[in-house]
Amino acid sequence: MTEHDDLKGVNERMRSLMARTTHGRDDFEDLVIVPLFAVVVALVFGALIMLATAVDIPTIGRSFAALAIGSVGSLNAWSETLTAAIPLVLAGLGLGLGFRAGLFNIGAEGQLVMGGLAAVIAGFSLDFLPIVIHLPLTLLIGIAVGAGYAAIAGILKATTGAHEVISTIMLNLISFELLNWLLRQPWLQREGRSDPISKSVPDSAQLPQLLDWINPNLRLHAGLFVMLIAVAFIWWLLFRSKIGFAFRASGENPSAANYAGMKASFVIVLAMATAGGLAGLAGASQITGVLGRASPGFSAGIGFDAIAVALLGRSHPVGILFAGILFGGLEAGGRQMQVAAGVSIDLIGIIQALIIVFIAAPLLVRAIFPWGFRRNGRKEDAA
Amino acid sequence: MDVELRGITKRFGSVVANDNVNLTIRGGEVLGLLGENGAGKSTMMNMLSGLYTPDEGEILIDGKKVEFDGPGDGIEAGIGMVHQHFMLVPVFTVAENVVLGVEPTGKMGYLDMRRARRQVEEINEKYGLHVPPDELIEELPVGIQQRVEILKVLFRSADVLILDEPTAVLTPQEVREFFGIVNTLKEAGKAIVFITHKLHEILEISDRVSVLRQGRITGEGDPKTLTEADLAEMMVGRPVSFTTDKEPAKPGRTMIEMQNVSMLDETDEIVLERVSMSVRSGEVVGVAGVQGNGQTELVEALTGLERVASGKIIFDGTDITTASVRERHKMGMAHIPEDRHKSGMVDSFTIAENMVLNNYYAPEYSRGWAIDWNKVAETSARYCVEFDVRTPSVYLPGGSLSGGNQQKMVVARELERETKLVIASQPTRGVDVGSIEYIHERLIQARDEGDGVLIVSSELDEVLGLSDRIYVMYDGRIVAEFDNTGGKADRNAVGLAMAGAHNGDAATGEGDAA
Repeated sequence: MTEHDDLKGVNERMRSLMARTTHGRDDFEDLVIVPLFAVVVALVFGALIMLATAVDIPTIGRSFAALAIGSVGSLNAWSETLTAAIPLVLAGLGLGLGFRAGLFNIGAEGQLVMGGLAAVIAGFSLDFLPIVIHLPLTLLIGIAVGAGYAAIAGILKATTGAHEVISTIMLNLISFELLNWLLRQPWLQREGRSDPISKSVPDSAQLPQLLDWINPNLRLHAGLFVMLIAVAFIWWLLFRSKIGFAFRASGENPSAANYAGMKASFVIVLAMATAGGLAGLAGASQITGVLGRASPGFSAGIGFDAIAVALLGRSHPVGILFAGILFGGLEAGGRQMQVAAGVSIDLIGIIQALIIVFIAAPLLVRAIFPWGFRRNGRKEDAA
Repeated sequence: MDVELRGITKRFGSVVANDNVNLTIRGGEVLGLLGENGAGKSTMMNMLSGLYTPDEGEILIDGKKVEFDGPGDGIEAGIGMVHQHFMLVPVFTVAENVVLGVEPTGKMGYLDMRRARRQVEEINEKYGLHVPPDELIEELPVGIQQRVEILKVLFRSADVLILDEPTAVLTPQEVREFFGIVNTLKEAGKAIVFITHKLHEILEISDRVSVLRQGRITGEGDPKTLTEADLAEMMVGRPVSFTTDKEPAKPGRTMIEMQNVSMLDETDEIVLERVSMSVRSGEVVGVAGVQGNGQTELVEALTGLERVASGKIIFDGTDITTASVRERHKMGMAHIPEDRHKSGMVDSFTIAENMVLNNYYAPEYSRGWAIDWNKVAETSARYCVEFDVRTPSVYLPGGSLSGGNQQKMVVARELERETKLVIASQPTRGVDVGSIEYIHERLIQARDEGDGVLIVSSELDEVLGLSDRIYVMYDGRIVAEFDNTGGKADRNAVGLAMAGAHNGDAATGEGDAA
């Protein structure tokens, strides 16, 4: 019938086909209402757990108040929240990208350690450079080392089929022991110290603090901008670039990607390396922005928390940004909770875990809050 | 036994799968049930077998109202279903499969296989099924496996047999034998519901025919007075042309050539054995064969999805034996894959994204390292108009389209490019009659523009209707070649070759019709 349509009709139809669809109610429910309710339910369960462990109700009230104040209640709280969010978001971006490409990378923690370690070494050994070169170079070296470390798991998968979950877990263990060993080497260990602690990163490789002109105790550093640039870059990479298209196709339907001539081994290695680069950057920014030196366990589980951040953010860069800030807030507020109300910071871990459980089970959230959702929102497939 | 459906309506959310359907099934009669995919045939039959409960209306057996609550209730009432996909345990014998779930037991509950075997033999005898009761299922050909499925429902004393697209997996000869069995069952007083979308089969075997479209009965009648064109019109809602009009082929230079290609699967079994074939520009070459005889592997070898063990593949004068999928694609090879869901598209990707799935890197869509999505959307919209892909927007997920529209999307992507060779594998599988017509036209058009076209299809009619030349594959080899200029290939001879009858003599040269 189309050939009988006049040109005007065809143009009209093309225009309507190219009109962007608005986001439907379903998207809104999935992206906003479910996470929101998940947080609420998790907090309620947290309160119930506190009750069960014989915490009295006023203390519960005080601890939630402390959680709120400690995460968003003051300039210092915001500074702490964002400082904690920076490495979580950076590593989470890498993990989310991996998930999009169908890779379950558990190795962000190890990649973060390696990136951080590389940043320490680059920091103190290249201290003759001016800051404009030294700082970016230090971060780049952190990215490169993290990428290289993750690429090992990628190459193993691409060439031998070794599953990345296993190989990245093993690489994590190797990185922890490598860190412990290196920290006792004379060229890395701080002079005059017997405990395993590295030399310090000089000022020329430190990410400048942003708010020290208000109060020198505000720790928020320029890693914030690195994080925002990374969010924008990963968004572009995933949804605008050619290689991101291949990443997503490989993750959604490997056999279609194969049909379309995308090289599976190339995609696996490149996606792993990109993810590792971001985890390495997370480690480097933590070293150059907050810690200033490496010590055993400096990664503090950020690489593992970032898995939760990536899942909560639905592997979408913007979602990961918000999820990272939420988790940063929980961490900052949790410290306040412990100080002000004497409730263990472990409770924060429980609440974080509960949020993930409820996000992962949207149907559960729908069942608990039926009035929050349209009825029969999901159409059953006709057989 | 007679079954009557009265005013049956079934909804899934906002979708009405069956809308006030009335249908009568009588003992000693074959009812042909015709409809496109998604017309509501399966939903209706699933209500008869008790899997679904109707929202409105009632089911009557011999005039008495019945209510089914679960999947077992249908067979309990004597309604048995033979599914398109067999539900058999490959490592069990025929008898074991037949009694599975209703095993005859002796004292203390031990399994009485002797009695089971005897009962199977009795049914075998009575309906002329000729199924060996002690053979393992995995060692039987598909046609016999299907009879085991029929045996299963007869063993459960079904009086109504619902056969869901039973001929889809059979060779033409097997179809003949199968129709013989259907007639025996009918004479024994069984009621048969024969579901298919093949029009000529309906006309041949059924006593009465009902046509479903969009959940409604749109036509009923006597197959003796109806023609295929009548049925197709009831099914699609508009007149449909069956024969693809085409000029005689003007074959030019050799576009692709396979020389003695052999291929092994992961377990080192030979899946292609010394296959030599060619397609010239301006001709349509068809590959006929029962599924699983090496056609899939032939396409994988040609498109570069799998490496060949030995032999050579030459594409327009260039040796491409070791070239990658993308290299071949860039050289002008289009590939409509056999299973669009598995490999031809990404369900969650938008239609626009799917339209450039294997072409996204092309300069016209590039802006540096990025993809120019506005350009892609514009091209996709044009393809959608051109190929009548029905969607409100190119930004909707490809998975939201109906099967026929998905296939048109894939075909549009492959044909709307500068190509030299089109490899179309099952190009119209699961596609409605209206879209089949259009896809066929476009394939012939590609030929007339000078492309070589290779069509691999398990639908013999499709191969016969489109091809200028036909290869028949059997057991990983090309066993016969037929000249089909002006449709002169003998359908029967091609069917025999598909069944492997011509192993020796035809392998070397032309088939008997040539």
